[in-house]
Amino acid sequence: MRPTAPLILAAAATVIAAGSLTACGSGSGSDPDTVRIAYQRSTSNKVRIMDNYLATVKKDFEKANPGKKVKLLPIQADENAYYTKIQQMMRSPKTAPDLVYEDTFLINSDIKSGYLAPIDKYLDAWPGWDHFVPTAKTAAKAQDGKTYGVPDGTDTRGLWFNKEIFKKAGLPENWQPKSWAEILDAARTIKKKVPGSIPLNVYTGKGPGEAAVMQGFEMLLYGTGADPLYDAKQRKWVAGGKGFKDSLDFVHTVFKERLGPEQSDALDPNVGTQVQTEWLPDSKLAIDLDGSWLGNQWLPTGGKPWPAWSKVMGQAAMPTQNGQAPGTVSMSGGWTWSIPSKSRNTDLAWKMIQQLQTQKNAVKWTVQGAQIAVRDDVAKDPEYLKSSPGVTFFTSLVKNTHYRPALPVYPQVSSAIGDAMESVTTGDASPEAAAKTYDDQLKTAVGDAIVSKG
Amino acid sequence: MSSTLRRGGPLGWLPLTPAVLLLLVFLAGPIGYCVYIAFTNMQLTGTSSTDFVGLANFRRAFSDVNFRNAVWLTLVFTVISSILGQNSLGMALAALMRRASKPVRTVTGIFVIAAWVLPEIVAAFLLYAFFRREGTLNAILGWLHLPTQNWLYTLPILAVSFANVWRGTAFSMLIYSAALNEIPQDVTEAAEMDGATGLRRFWHITLPMIRRSIATNLMLNTLQTLSVFGLIWAMTRGGPGNRSETLPVFMYDQAFLKSFIGYGTAVALLLLLISSLFSAVYLRLIKTEV
Repeated sequence: MRPTAPLILAAAATVIAAGSLTACGSGSGSDPDTVRIAYQRSTSNKVRIMDNYLATVKKDFEKANPGKKVKLLPIQADENAYYTKIQQMMRSPKTAPDLVYEDTFLINSDIKSGYLAPIDKYLDAWPGWDHFVPTAKTAAKAQDGKTYGVPDGTDTRGLWFNKEIFKKAGLPENWQPKSWAEILDAARTIKKKVPGSIPLNVYTGKGPGEAAVMQGFEMLLYGTGADPLYDAKQRKWVAGGKGFKDSLDFVHTVFKERLGPEQSDALDPNVGTQVQTEWLPDSKLAIDLDGSWLGNQWLPTGGKPWPAWSKVMGQAAMPTQNGQAPGTVSMSGGWTWSIPSKSRNTDLAWKMIQQLQTQKNAVKWTVQGAQIAVRDDVAKDPEYLKSSPGVTFFTSLVKNTHYRPALPVYPQVSSAIGDAMESVTTGDASPEAAAKTYDDQLKTAVGDAIVSKG
Repeated sequence: MSSTLRRGGPLGWLPLTPAVLLLLVFLAGPIGYCVYIAFTNMQLTGTSSTDFVGLANFRRAFSDVNFRNAVWLTLVFTVISSILGQNSLGMALAALMRRASKPVRTVTGIFVIAAWVLPEIVAAFLLYAFFRREGTLNAILGWLHLPTQNWLYTLPILAVSFANVWRGTAFSMLIYSAALNEIPQDVTEAAEMDGATGLRRFWHITLPMIRRSIATNLMLNTLQTLSVFGLIWAMTRGGPGNRSETLPVFMYDQAFLKSFIGYGTAVALLLLLISSLFSAVYLRLIKTEV
């Protein structure tokens, strides 16, 4: 019992409303025949994509390995709470799962903490690894040169727009803005001509967590110039950059001019679920800066089947700030399957990863999870290519995509960005003031590794 | 044998050892560990080493605008919801219920106590549904053609304070009901003979007589309110911005979302300090004689 236990209990109680926290610390961590898998379950009770997929793989695995068992540990929580929960679990061998679904956003931080075990010895003997594209192989590669996870897909980000609302506003069906100004202009037109709709959604604030920072802020920031967040050559974080202020200013403008959702809705931790399952299918939202996976909820297997979506929704690439080269920008992340260092069943866990990554299962997950393929044998698969109309478009964004700085301190930097976004969204701070607060928090998080680009 | 085990005897401490050991293991141990962490730079993720950093966390707290904001909001939340809200409302309910007929007493009692026995998280979701923009309160206001509100966004600290009043008034009501029943009937009658009317009688006779109950109730209420986390977390998460980020929420944010466990623990110790200041004041109140 650590002193933080009451806090953890309180936090757990808040995120697990229905007591769906199964087997947390039930001490089965040392059963050599059971592989325990921790993953995030959507906070929407209708969405069980990951659960269903894992259930089928579990069946395959138990049939292929008689006597072995798979125990799924779904953690139904928003992103931030999920990260906290798995970190807490991985701190002790009693509670550590044998397999954990890690966001690449966090992986370097967790590797540095010693939570994860390197899996190079397994990868060397695995033919499947040759199918992964080079960028994917480095997704979970740490600064020590070892690899700590197998990615199961990636994603890109762009603009989704509702053609029906666009038609009402007199905007083109093949819309492709060339700069930020053109996005704002389109939003202003919609506000004027289609009252009652939400013109533009940009995720923002602390509630949505990394979703706001990556889908919202970094999609803007990385369109302002080279290395706007981290200077890889000097190995320093960037403070006082103009691009940073401009990006905050964009967010500020959206909410000041009321081009976005109500602030209280925008800052709600579950806004992502709302966008996917209500605002877009109900034609309430015109433009949404969002991820390639959005369509997975609208497939027949998803939480909100919406057959008409491929006709109603259009996609456009996110333009750079003023249309400067290369013209468009995207961000990529993804998740990996990793083995916690305190797991006592690493061999069995690795077997499970292989089961998850048979070509058949890899295709199944890439399609069901609306992922962008990271394996050449999946990318060629006809089932993947016809899985959803957006796939080809979002795969094409990979050429101008950016990855987040893969450094252990990134989560804290991200948290500071979330704070800055929230304060300009509510209007509590001007973009300048918020950028200054960010610079101070950056100093706390990274110490001297800062370069000023004011 | 019996003389050795008697109080003051050579083995007089023996019967107490199991209890003391349990207290040491489960209470003093974690508290000691907590104090130790507060002086380190322990992190939830991002580093595997933990170093002793002396008073750095505390220095950081005092120069942190957000910490000062959290202290201020904690005081606001405590004063509004506990000292003013729960306390006065509990007293008023207790006093009114003495005069009410039995069925009225029973029904009111059931409702007020129901709010109190609900698990915190359930109460929090209920109140979130009540206060939110599309919520029950606005539906009622709209139906009455009154201006609607969006308190969870505009005045979140007030919304969570009201929620806490709604949830915790029963406790004060019960304490005061018991205290009022203790007042001897003849004192009240004597005051009536001397011509003291209702309010004056309450002020000069009743209140002084239940002074100790008031101080005890204030103390319990305040300490409970200072550490409210679930209610606020479920309703606003300390947001928007940090407009309802009281110390427990701030602590959670620093320790688990920003991963600074050491700093979060240091803030927890400072919260303990604030609680003990309140307690010291109330203890003085209980001690002083009229």
